[in-house]
Amino acid sequence: MKNMEDIKSKIAKRKIFNNIFAIIGLLSTMVGLALLVTLFIDLAIDGTPRLSYKFFTSFPSRFPDEAGILSAWVGTCLVMLVTASAAIPIGIGAGIYLEEYARKNWFTSIIEININNLAGVPSIIYGLLALGLFVYFFNFGESILTAGLALALLILPMIIMAVREAIRAIPNSIREASYALGSTKWQTVRNHIIPYSTGGILTGIIIGLSRAIGETAPIITVGALTFIAFLPPSPVSGEFPFINFKWLLAPFTVMPIQMFSWVSRPQQGFHLNAAAAGMILLVMTLAMNAIAIYLRYKFRKKVKW
Amino acid sequence: MGTENKIEEKLKSEVKNLNFYYGNVHALKDVNMPIALNKVTALIGPSGCGKTTFLRCFNRMHDLYPNNRYEGEITLYPENVNIISSAIDPIEVRMRISMVFQKPNPFPKSIYENVAYGLRVRGVTKKNILDEKVEAALKGAALWEEVKDRLSGSAFDMSGGQQQRLCIARALATDPEILLFDEPTSALDPIATSKIEELVIELKKKVTILIVTHNMQQAARISDWTGFMMLGELIEFDKTDKIFTAPSEKLTEDYITGRFG
Amino acid sequence: MKKNIFSRRHIKETLIEGSLMMAATLSIFITAGIVYVLGSEAYGFFKVVSLKEFLTGTEWTPLFATRKFGILPLVAGTLLTTVIAVIVALPLGLIIAIYLSEYAPHKVREVVKPVLELLVAVPTVVYGYFALLFLTPLLQKFLPDLSGFNALSPGLIMGIMITPYVASVSEDSIKAVPMHIREGSYAMGATKLQSSFMVLIPAAFSGIAAAFIMGMSRAIGETMVVAIAAGMMPNLTANPFEPVQTLTSYIVQVSLGDAPHGTIEYKTIFAAGILLFLITLFFNIMGFWLREKIREKY
Repeated sequence: MKNMEDIKSKIAKRKIFNNIFAIIGLLSTMVGLALLVTLFIDLAIDGTPRLSYKFFTSFPSRFPDEAGILSAWVGTCLVMLVTASAAIPIGIGAGIYLEEYARKNWFTSIIEININNLAGVPSIIYGLLALGLFVYFFNFGESILTAGLALALLILPMIIMAVREAIRAIPNSIREASYALGSTKWQTVRNHIIPYSTGGILTGIIIGLSRAIGETAPIITVGALTFIAFLPPSPVSGEFPFINFKWLLAPFTVMPIQMFSWVSRPQQGFHLNAAAAGMILLVMTLAMNAIAIYLRYKFRKKVKW
Repeated sequence: MGTENKIEEKLKSEVKNLNFYYGNVHALKDVNMPIALNKVTALIGPSGCGKTTFLRCFNRMHDLYPNNRYEGEITLYPENVNIISSAIDPIEVRMRISMVFQKPNPFPKSIYENVAYGLRVRGVTKKNILDEKVEAALKGAALWEEVKDRLSGSAFDMSGGQQQRLCIARALATDPEILLFDEPTSALDPIATSKIEELVIELKKKVTILIVTHNMQQAARISDWTGFMMLGELIEFDKTDKIFTAPSEKLTEDYITGRFG
Repeated sequence: MKKNIFSRRHIKETLIEGSLMMAATLSIFITAGIVYVLGSEAYGFFKVVSLKEFLTGTEWTPLFATRKFGILPLVAGTLLTTVIAVIVALPLGLIIAIYLSEYAPHKVREVVKPVLELLVAVPTVVYGYFALLFLTPLLQKFLPDLSGFNALSPGLIMGIMITPYVASVSEDSIKAVPMHIREGSYAMGATKLQSSFMVLIPAAFSGIAAAFIMGMSRAIGETMVVAIAAGMMPNLTANPFEPVQTLTSYIVQVSLGDAPHGTIEYKTIFAAGILLFLITLFFNIMGFWLREKIREKY
């Protein structure tokens, strides 16, 4: 028989290491949370005093106290409108094609590998693509349209992947049931596949758009105006541009660019403005992601195939 | 279903009023069973009867998953400790009671490192001790001759039967007091199966063996004692010869004669 | 009559399938577009600057009067910030992955994973602000030699930025190790720590390597944090206390100024861009391949 005391002391030693690691593990996961909280508090301390009605309704200015984000948030909204109208239909269409229509052959596997790779391409490369393609080749200029399309290309792989994952979760028996009732492929897709994968698709779209809202690098390369001293009054005003789409080719700025240009200035006053803009950006993107996470959680709970 | 007094041999362990719950599912109901020292005890019964659940109580595998609960006692002799008591560390139990699983589950490591694993876990680092123990364990599992020239080769390159014997060697290397087998031959061909069976008979000289099998002939061939389980209850426990020739319970007889199961 | 309905339906179905296929094929055109735009502009660049000068030169001054086109200072800056990021992200990501897959109770996991996802969602410009105006002043209290713009602070922030990614890919591959292998280890009396380091990490090695490589690729391509907090100074150095410029932040610097279309300054950003693209592509393909390898294994 073995010496139980010896075994016990050995186990005790190993368990100490084990428990130390458990604590390290917990602390490590907390690093992320701690950073997020610190980030938020830091921004809030510097930025909150600047958050007033005037901040949202003022144009940029040479004087930090008078500067606001009107042109930036309007620009962000318009750019997002372009991004969403391009990326959502194309992303859903591509996802549906790859899951429901495409046969397994070399062509579709090239598309698949390609989408995986595109998801890993740095965002600034999309900026260079948009600069060469939209600004100079298609002559859209340094406009809202160019920026919106650049961001659409950037988030397209994300949306396609989310759509595919959502569709893949639908069991084959549903498709078979639909075909057995005489549906065509498109009827099956429209009446079953799309409705049943709405949760996952929506989640993917929201996360994609939240990424697009915060993206800065590709917008800089396509030439968003960063020098606020030279920015004309809002590139869009009133409802009128919505009718004739002139706004699409207007010069613009967006929230992250505004924040970036304020951070880059040496004066303390602009840093406070940057903090305020950063807080708004942070709250916006975090809220969108929280909604997406909640949606995914809810749909996952609700649907049990 | 009296099992008491049927066994006069020296006991290695004794199960008393064992109940086990997966959450709300009552999986084992009041099981009582003696485990004879250095003998083979087999558990038979239709699938889903709880025999694997019973086996996994012995090295506290159920502790790996949440919401599992034991009641009763599994006493280990000679110390007379209840190994399912929550005061006892499951790791301590697993260091004394090893297990061989249904599907061969070697680690993605070399043959040598697989066998040495339990020793390394116990903090053995001396090369000569490891070498000696690994060789002894591989010989004990009747595998040494086949692998002695490729100890550093991957365990995944072996046949299924060899992998299972490697898992037995892995379990043997740490000199366990009880060896648990959970349908160890269900994934193997007949030749590999008979090798494992010979091995089990050989091993009982040194170690107490508890084996779950769905193959009644196997139980008859290799075990000294047999328990028949159904729906989480132990229906009958007796000498293997007795169970297979003159069972006292009707259910046992029906099962053995193939009327169900 | 019936045939007519059928054919109309058939046409509709074909049209729909065709347009869906076009949507899917667009992704190929995006890649082709990237290769074409970067390639053609970089071609113009390499007509003026030799590939040898570009890849081996140690001075990068395309915006100065005396122009030098040696990309090495930018590569060094990229490498330095990336190495710092990886030094943070690899151990942290791996520990988190093991903790989440082997230790954390279900409830902790349910809370921690969404928080980690939120960390990825924070706009990079906000991280840049944080690196420049919070972390650098904080570090300067302990490290008086640290200059206002430096490689260290953005490197550390990038490290935490890519940690959730490294953690989640590693966790996926650790989880992919089948349960019966885990049970084999626990049945031998191993603690969780021993099982994790002696069995699970070796078993999931290629997936963890993939996480590491893909995380690194993200750090290489990250732009705003370094553009804001690392300074805009091409600097061939391994000293993390000094300001550096990366491939990405150089592109930002030129884009912010007025480099007229068609000039050599304009073309430099495409030369830097194509190098960046090729490096990240290489790492992504490698990471992808390693990840597939672990999928096939189990």
